[in-house]
Amino acid sequence: MTSVISVESLNKVYKDVVAVNNISFEIKAGHCFGLLGPNGAGKTTTIEIMEGIISASSGSVLYKGKPVDESISQQIGIQFQHTALQDFLTVKETLSLFSSFYQSTIAQDKLITLCDLGDFLHRDNRLLSGGQRQRLLLALALINDPEIIFLDEPTTGLDPHARRNFWQLIKNIKAQNKTIVLTTHYMDEAEQLCDDIVIMDKGIIIESGTPHHLLTKHFKDIFIYLPISQIPEQLMLEQQWKLQGERVEITTHNVEKTLSLLMKKNVSLEGLHIKSANLDDLFLKLTGHSLVEEDIGA
Amino acid sequence: MNIKRFLAVFKARNIEFFRDKSSLGWNLFFPVLLLAGFTFIFSGDGQAVYKVGLIDALQNEAVVEQSAFFKTKHIDFIDYEAKDLAHLKLSQHNIDLLVNFRQQKYWVNESSPKSYLIEKVFLGEHNDFKRLLTQGDKIRYVDWVLPGILGMNMMFSCLFGVGYVIVRYRKSSVLKRLKATPLSAFEFVSAQLMSRLFIVMFMTSVVYTGCNLFFDFYMLGSYFDLIIIAILGAFSLISLGLLVASRSKSEELIGGLLNLSSWPMMMLSGVWFSLEGAPQGIKIFADFLPLTHLVAGARKVITEGATLVDISYHVSALLVMSTVFLVVGSYLFSWNTER
Repeated sequence: MTSVISVESLNKVYKDVVAVNNISFEIKAGHCFGLLGPNGAGKTTTIEIMEGIISASSGSVLYKGKPVDESISQQIGIQFQHTALQDFLTVKETLSLFSSFYQSTIAQDKLITLCDLGDFLHRDNRLLSGGQRQRLLLALALINDPEIIFLDEPTTGLDPHARRNFWQLIKNIKAQNKTIVLTTHYMDEAEQLCDDIVIMDKGIIIESGTPHHLLTKHFKDIFIYLPISQIPEQLMLEQQWKLQGERVEITTHNVEKTLSLLMKKNVSLEGLHIKSANLDDLFLKLTGHSLVEEDIGA
Repeated sequence: MNIKRFLAVFKARNIEFFRDKSSLGWNLFFPVLLLAGFTFIFSGDGQAVYKVGLIDALQNEAVVEQSAFFKTKHIDFIDYEAKDLAHLKLSQHNIDLLVNFRQQKYWVNESSPKSYLIEKVFLGEHNDFKRLLTQGDKIRYVDWVLPGILGMNMMFSCLFGVGYVIVRYRKSSVLKRLKATPLSAFEFVSAQLMSRLFIVMFMTSVVYTGCNLFFDFYMLGSYFDLIIIAILGAFSLISLGLLVASRSKSEELIGGLLNLSSWPMMMLSGVWFSLEGAPQGIKIFADFLPLTHLVAGARKVITEGATLVDISYHVSALLVMSTVFLVVGSYLFSWNTER
């Protein structure tokens, strides 16, 4: 599959802060590409350089082999992390305003159906809920029927139900063979949507590949959790299992064998929880700090 | 320039303004309240210091200086070489009394309370001077102050309606979102400029027409000339707003800069009182303010029946200022998307 965007040795320095530090990657056409990392990792800076919104300190971004210039705005769609819309305009008027900016646009009815805007088409932008607002912003990103869509943390601040609805919209767009570049600090979102991911922390790329490839590369084991009260002390000493609060974490690459051992030792399996590693675990392993902690601190 | 994109942004900005009821209400009622208030407070003339015009004073300096009246405190004496102009100033409340010491004559404006009072002071020493009434149409203070109040309202609407809005757009990333589209900076800026020009002219026309029903304003000149000078004035003030807002992302800073631009104009552009008799330095400074030329031009059209040719100095000054503000503002304009 051909690369539609190539990022080469990209750097961005703000005064004395290095936001992006010599990163390179390729984005394949038709893929959903995820830039993952905590707040301050450099995701937004990277994506905004790719969009042509801000300039790089050094390095290059090639779109189909050519440097990004002003003409790219006709071919891409963008949903920024923080965007205000013009006050007092309705959803329909906002769509009409943005339609006028492009040479060719997607039919408005189709867009309204695709992004499910029909119920609040005549509502003032100021009165939209978080989910409705994100759907409108997605519609604006799609209005010129772009080849590539950049979505910068599109579900931040949404409730779980709205997030899942939004994921479905992105899956529908992906099914139309569009290339999607997504930044997120929700690892479950990346697992659900992304074909390829790059994990960033403090401006550098710490890992890249498909989610499956990365998880199998870094984790051979599966986690089994049991309440501490059910594990005999002797068994704990023999196996040297880790304590996690009120639970014991058993790391194993052979679930059947471990469960057999537990049953042989007459350990009750009530409250048993089996979990394979996810991208959150991968991030923790790679950086030594959790994404969730970063979010709380940010 | 893509006209479709320009018109879309122009329309969107107009919708935003007209649906913002609080802003619309303020723009409509503020000048009406000011006019009503000043009509009530200054039913005669609103100036604290008496102004006396002198004819042929330079040729008869010795005669004038011998007069004790000339040494009276709190009176400004203004020399006029052109007699017609001096009479016009008296009839229009710019001065309170006009004296010709050589011919031992003086003129009063009988519709002005201040003219009445200063005449009493004058007669204390010169009761042998011949009393004459000023000629020509007389205007009320409300007629005189009308261009000032409307001009001031236009100034606030132009400076804050453009400058503040652009900075708010920039800060809230509306500009960033627009930059991500093919809309050019020129299309955006010109749409903002034309939208505000349309809004200001529309609102001013509504206020003028509405108030005219109650106050029956004096109008000697042509409405066409008045509209032209109003458009030029609004254009230069909007351009100044664009210049002030060309780069900043801070609403606090822009608030300060807009106040810094508007307050000198409010005080020194002849909105409330005539600059006749003001120190030369103040007059020179005021000449660099667009509102001075808007108010002076409009006032001359309204109260003197001046044509565009007669006020060509003010027209030229506004054109030059608009060009300078617009060129520098466009050059400095930034979407400012960097953090």
